[in-house]
Amino acid sequence: MTEPTPATGQTARPPAEDPGAPRRRAPWQDTSRQRQAFIDAIVEGSPAVVTVLSILAALVLGALLIAFTDTTVLHAWGSLFSNPGNAFAQAWDAISAAYSALFDGAIFSPGTVAAAFHGGSVAAIFYPISQSMSDATPLLLTGLSVAIAFRCGLFNIGAAGQWIGGAIIAAYLGFAVSLPPVIHVIVCLIGGIAGGAVVGWVVGELKARTGAHEVIVTIMLNYVMYNLLSYLLGTTKVLQAPGQSNLISPNIAANAQLPHVGGPPPEVDAGFLVALAAAAAVAWLLNRSTIGFQFRTVGANPSAARAAGMSVERSWVLVMLIAGALAGLSGASVIQGSSVHALTFNSYGTYGFDGITVALLGRARPGGVVLAALLFGALHAGGTIMQAATSVPTDIATVLEGLIVLFVAAPLLIRAVFRLREAKGVGLEAVAKGWNG
Amino acid sequence: MRLELRGITKRFGSLVANDQIDLVVEPGQIHALLGENGAGKTTLMNVLYGLMSPDDGQIVIDGQPVVFGSPRDAIRAGIGMVHQHFMLVPVFTVTENVTLGVERTRGLGLLDRPRARRDVLELSERYGLNVNPDAYVENLPVGTQQRVEIIKALLREASVLILDEPTSVLTPSETEDLFRVVRELKAGGRSIVFISHKLKEVQAIADTITVIRRGRVVGDRPPTATDAELAALMVGRAVELKVSKEPARPGGVVLDVRGLTGYDDHGNAAPDEISFQVKAGEILGVAGVQGNGQTELCEVLMGLRPAEGGSILLDGQDVTAATPRDRLRAGFGYVPEDRQEDGLVPDFSVAENLVLDVYDRPPFASGVALDLGKIRTNAASLIQEFDVRTTSAERPAGTLSGGNQQKVILARELSRDIKLLLASQPTRGLDVGSIEFVHRRIVEERDRGVAVLIVSSELDEIYALADRIAVMYEGKIVAFRSPAVPVTELGLLMAGAGDAASADQAGSTEAPGPAQADRAAQADPAAQADPAGQSDPSEPTAGPS
Repeated sequence: MTEPTPATGQTARPPAEDPGAPRRRAPWQDTSRQRQAFIDAIVEGSPAVVTVLSILAALVLGALLIAFTDTTVLHAWGSLFSNPGNAFAQAWDAISAAYSALFDGAIFSPGTVAAAFHGGSVAAIFYPISQSMSDATPLLLTGLSVAIAFRCGLFNIGAAGQWIGGAIIAAYLGFAVSLPPVIHVIVCLIGGIAGGAVVGWVVGELKARTGAHEVIVTIMLNYVMYNLLSYLLGTTKVLQAPGQSNLISPNIAANAQLPHVGGPPPEVDAGFLVALAAAAAVAWLLNRSTIGFQFRTVGANPSAARAAGMSVERSWVLVMLIAGALAGLSGASVIQGSSVHALTFNSYGTYGFDGITVALLGRARPGGVVLAALLFGALHAGGTIMQAATSVPTDIATVLEGLIVLFVAAPLLIRAVFRLREAKGVGLEAVAKGWNG
Repeated sequence: MRLELRGITKRFGSLVANDQIDLVVEPGQIHALLGENGAGKTTLMNVLYGLMSPDDGQIVIDGQPVVFGSPRDAIRAGIGMVHQHFMLVPVFTVTENVTLGVERTRGLGLLDRPRARRDVLELSERYGLNVNPDAYVENLPVGTQQRVEIIKALLREASVLILDEPTSVLTPSETEDLFRVVRELKAGGRSIVFISHKLKEVQAIADTITVIRRGRVVGDRPPTATDAELAALMVGRAVELKVSKEPARPGGVVLDVRGLTGYDDHGNAAPDEISFQVKAGEILGVAGVQGNGQTELCEVLMGLRPAEGGSILLDGQDVTAATPRDRLRAGFGYVPEDRQEDGLVPDFSVAENLVLDVYDRPPFASGVALDLGKIRTNAASLIQEFDVRTTSAERPAGTLSGGNQQKVILARELSRDIKLLLASQPTRGLDVGSIEFVHRRIVEERDRGVAVLIVSSELDEIYALADRIAVMYEGKIVAFRSPAVPVTELGLLMAGAGDAASADQAGSTEAPGPAQADRAAQADPAAQADPAGQSDPSEPTAGPS
């Protein structure tokens, strides 16, 4: 079965396959080769194609869900036989209304363009997209956190706990210290990075020294961090805003808040730029640096890494430190971001766990993580508008996220549905391998 | 039973693994299938055993065409298979293992153990298999486990028995035992398909030899065909079967190992107080049956397993406690035993694998930044120099054939400035053509003045390369010999019969330095001290064949 490679030996081969042959290709050969690669990618279902098709399949299923949960539509189904046209029309209306509201809220709304021509606000055109980017920011960072650990063979379930570590430090530095404008922002961001890094480092150190499985350690540390946050806010009141009975910290100083840049009309949350820079840094680290080479080797084959003189344990510690730093930066980006300026006992939301799905969808590659985070950010932002504009609940957006990940994680299913040929050994087996630590 | 394959074709995508293969196995015949790795032997047998369905062609048994949808159908038709990796449950007894899946019961679903046990005993006696039906498989030596597999097939009334690379895990004496069993089976009227890439074995056992190359039958030969003829058929060109090498011109001691002790995964001492030296410009070959501490010795030498005692000196510098990285920097070159596991990162490109242990040093890195351009040019030149057959340096190393993977590892290790080359099973699983290449490079390295330590369980390899031979048994080096030592003596030493062999001291006196002869003398009494304890009399393999 393991015989697909033809005889290796010194047998003659066509010269085209000889790597040493100094043969130049005519330009047309290159383009035809590219076209062939493009066609192959579609027919065989490269990861990118599978991802796109997964999104498509999720949208279709989501549409069905809308059609069968909307009360007006359900009512129309009741008179399916007396008035079949009405039922389908109602269903179509509900679906298109929901999805166009989702689109309006996530990307842009045609209405705002028309309004701008009639003296309305130009900035409004860009509002949805900047909202999507803003929602994508923390997911992008926790996604990078999970992704970089994963490339080193570790499954970081603890982005939530590391997020809290970062958020605590960033929030504390935000309200307890008084610094000049730009410096305060930077100090808080660095504080967030440090807070997360410490939590991540503990995981790496435990794994390296005792062999404790990082999945167990990170899950447990998440609980520790949830409770530490409640403790600091409630019991000791170190973080709690004075005079508050709720578990909430004071607002951070205005100087510590991340500014919007590019200001009206199109504006971007500075946090998003920080996250993009982090993605670029991670991409450089993984692909262009000796540290990343070491991480990837340890992730792909720890025993070969060891035989090549790399320290597997040191890699684990370092990569968890960096993963924690990224998740901590995510915490800081939320606290210092545009909408929330205070830390509450449940600020952490689902950023940590969404980071896992974002990393999965982005196939643990920084570029993929950026795109996946933008998609999720768009679904978050669009979901809110969808709920406001139609009777379709925002949960549909969450369902879409879930379905997309489900389909991406089951590439065989997508291949079967869309009748793609079996790709050559790419899939999520690498993800499954990660669980072995 | 007469088995016939007609025009069997099996494709994997664009690759034709079997191309119109015709094969006739006559009753009572030992039919050898000879071919390089990747020639399509295993695919063919998987088709025959119902594990894969052919794209074209027919399987004909006694004139009747048959179709096998699964191994169950093949077994029912009288075909038995002994896989390269045994399919046994270690914690079950022999009887339990062989009856697994074909359990007989008596009333109320109770297992008829006594009957099963009788069946095993009867088969064992009839074919001289010498297997205790009540022994637990995990306690049996590999050769016996293989015979348990044979009993398993016989119990299912196999009239054609397929043995897939059966000798790859056996000692020379176990191989002799296997050959005896195979001849008994033949005498009992069964036919055997014997798959191998080893010329000598095939010549020794087969009645007829079919050679397969690149998925096609390239010829049938009688066992009287010469080595050179068979090798040429197999590879498709004339092959040099033995490396030509000048006598060694040893220089100063490079590797000095004194009383080195480590522990294996079960807590046994292996290596067990081992002492030896390797000089510049000589090849020391460590012979021994797989699993006698050679793997652990290499790991301890490389720092991948802690040394619990003794010392390792490289050029007089103590590296006993050094990390693997420090050892590599100090001039160790390492070709690990398991190339897929320890030698390569299969998902990484060839270019990345070629810098796996130098990626963080100039010219490939400045500071923490990798120089991708240098990594690319390095790959291009090494691919050319070592004749690595790959479509591109960016191709994942795991997709290369075994021989080319090994070339990648060799290229990487030999491109560094090394003082000592430590190569474990350097040609395991490689075809004749690649073996020739690897051996030639190793000898070249020796001639450049590198000290070379080869660990191999292939005696042919030891004889081909070694300037001195050390034999390992149960974690100890039991003897040093010159390459002039007869194969029977070496075989006995490898089987732990240290007393029988140490009577003949002639070999060790030829060892190139007084220190070695001295050490050999030290090592031998150690072997004499406990041979009785080590060779369990119940083990049939320990006895003379």
